[in-house]
Amino acid sequence: MKWRHSDATVAVMFLAPSLIGFAMFYLVPFATGVGYSFMDSTVDGQFVGLENYNALLASDSFRKAASNTFLFTIVTVPLIIAISLGLAMLLNQSIYIRNMLRTAYVLPLVVPVASIVVIWQILFDWNGSLNAWLSYFGIARVDWMKTDAARNVVIILYLWKNVGYNIILFLAGLQQIPKDYYETADLEGAGRLRQFTDITLVYLTSTMFFVIIMSIINSFKVFRETYLMAGDYPHDSIYMLQHYMNNTFLSLDIQKITAAATMMVGCILIIVIGLFVLERRFRQFME
Amino acid sequence: MYKTKIWKKAALTLFMAVIALALLFPIIIISSNSLMTVREIGINYGLIGKMDSNHFVNMKLLPDLVSFEQYYKIFVESPRFLMMFWNSVFMVVPIIAGQTLIAAFAAYAFSKLNFRGRDKLFLVYVMTMLMPFQVTLVPNYIMADRLGLLNTAGAIIFPGIFAAFGVFMLRQFTISIPYAYIEAAKMDGAGHVRIFFTIIIPMIQPGIAALIVLLFVDYWNMVEQPLVFLDDPFKQPLSVFLSRINQDDLGIAFAASVLYMTPMVLLFLYAESYFIEGIQLSGIKG
Repeated sequence: MKWRHSDATVAVMFLAPSLIGFAMFYLVPFATGVGYSFMDSTVDGQFVGLENYNALLASDSFRKAASNTFLFTIVTVPLIIAISLGLAMLLNQSIYIRNMLRTAYVLPLVVPVASIVVIWQILFDWNGSLNAWLSYFGIARVDWMKTDAARNVVIILYLWKNVGYNIILFLAGLQQIPKDYYETADLEGAGRLRQFTDITLVYLTSTMFFVIIMSIINSFKVFRETYLMAGDYPHDSIYMLQHYMNNTFLSLDIQKITAAATMMVGCILIIVIGLFVLERRFRQFME
Repeated sequence: MYKTKIWKKAALTLFMAVIALALLFPIIIISSNSLMTVREIGINYGLIGKMDSNHFVNMKLLPDLVSFEQYYKIFVESPRFLMMFWNSVFMVVPIIAGQTLIAAFAAYAFSKLNFRGRDKLFLVYVMTMLMPFQVTLVPNYIMADRLGLLNTAGAIIFPGIFAAFGVFMLRQFTISIPYAYIEAAKMDGAGHVRIFFTIIIPMIQPGIAALIVLLFVDYWNMVEQPLVFLDDPFKQPLSVFLSRINQDDLGIAFAASVLYMTPMVLLFLYAESYFIEGIQLSGIKG
């Protein structure tokens, strides 16, 4: 292939617009940020090692934000996976108006968060509709946004928004499993549960890993809903890392925020790489 | 046997429909309530945010009187809402156009051209895609500051144009185009530029459509970027402004919210298959 030799020059040409912008707005500034996280000042700074990280870890609001985010993720990710896998499996059955139903499940994903916030506020207010409905059943009202119950509200918003995304991914995965696997299993007398664990889950492995990664990533995005509902300083139980970073940013504490960002990148990389290694091991084990 | 099957199918459909209705509930309520009079909104929802322990708000599915008063107010009496709406448009359109074009070029390089370090560089692109906005907040801010873009729409538009998602997404489509097409075109004497415009672009049109829909959904929804990069409230997109509406404007908020979601919902219903394909393709090989 003679022409392949000229590839590199051509590639530079095609890649240049993207790479220049990407380097300018992401790579170089990010590297600079990592650098700042080890210095005491952004102007003529001295190298201070892990000092900023120690200060960050000693900060109460950072610890609170990090543990809230961690807690939120480990509670909601399994929850949304169970719910969306269940719904995808039901939607994959013989059912009427399937396409209309799928559209309905996916619709929350495209609706701008800001245009629904008013409804959430009306639902979860002290005088709100949810409390009105609860009072029919004689249940005392809850101050949803100003007590620990706020955590549940944020979980509901996250589920509402993201369940459709996972359903799309799981449906694609489910449709790739050949139907005759189930028929054979039926003939051999395997029960429903056995079919689920030995066929469905096994063939969904790679979909599952992707869904887990995306659910974790999307769990960070719940900040939008939380911010729009409750502002810069919401109730303690839903004060997330993103709130912390935005607020630190507004107070221009560049050292702390770059240290926090670097740590966040580190954690995400560890999770993603960990999941990929796990998936590869699992695949080898299967074959 | 046959009868029980139909019964089962109907029961399953009903169950799924109930869940679908619950998910659609906020959208339905906001649409129907946007047709109430401003007075009726005030009467029903005036208690929001007040510490009154004897009464509740009164959420109603249907207005007592269908009226376009709230819409009239937006279009005629307080044009600032329309201004915010246009702010959104003027940020989102350049991002979509720019990212799609630049990503298509890069996707060709990443999938059909060989150069050293290609896959490693691509991995870097993908990794930044997985980071939450707050991680790129500082890098973007530093750069916007140096370029004098702070408090202008450019601070949002440029990082948007160069975000890695488009490159990743379009590569998923270009990678499935067989080399044979390109080699055949080479034999006929076509250069890379010609191959790109006459073979690649026409073949990845579904990918471009999917990318446009996904980008529209994402950026029409943005909250974090404008909050950080735009101080001036009159430069904010409607997505941020809607959340700042106070109690007295609740009536207008309903109509403005509906206006804000309408383009998105219509685009989605029109291009649903591209949207779904886009999500699936970004997942399957991810």
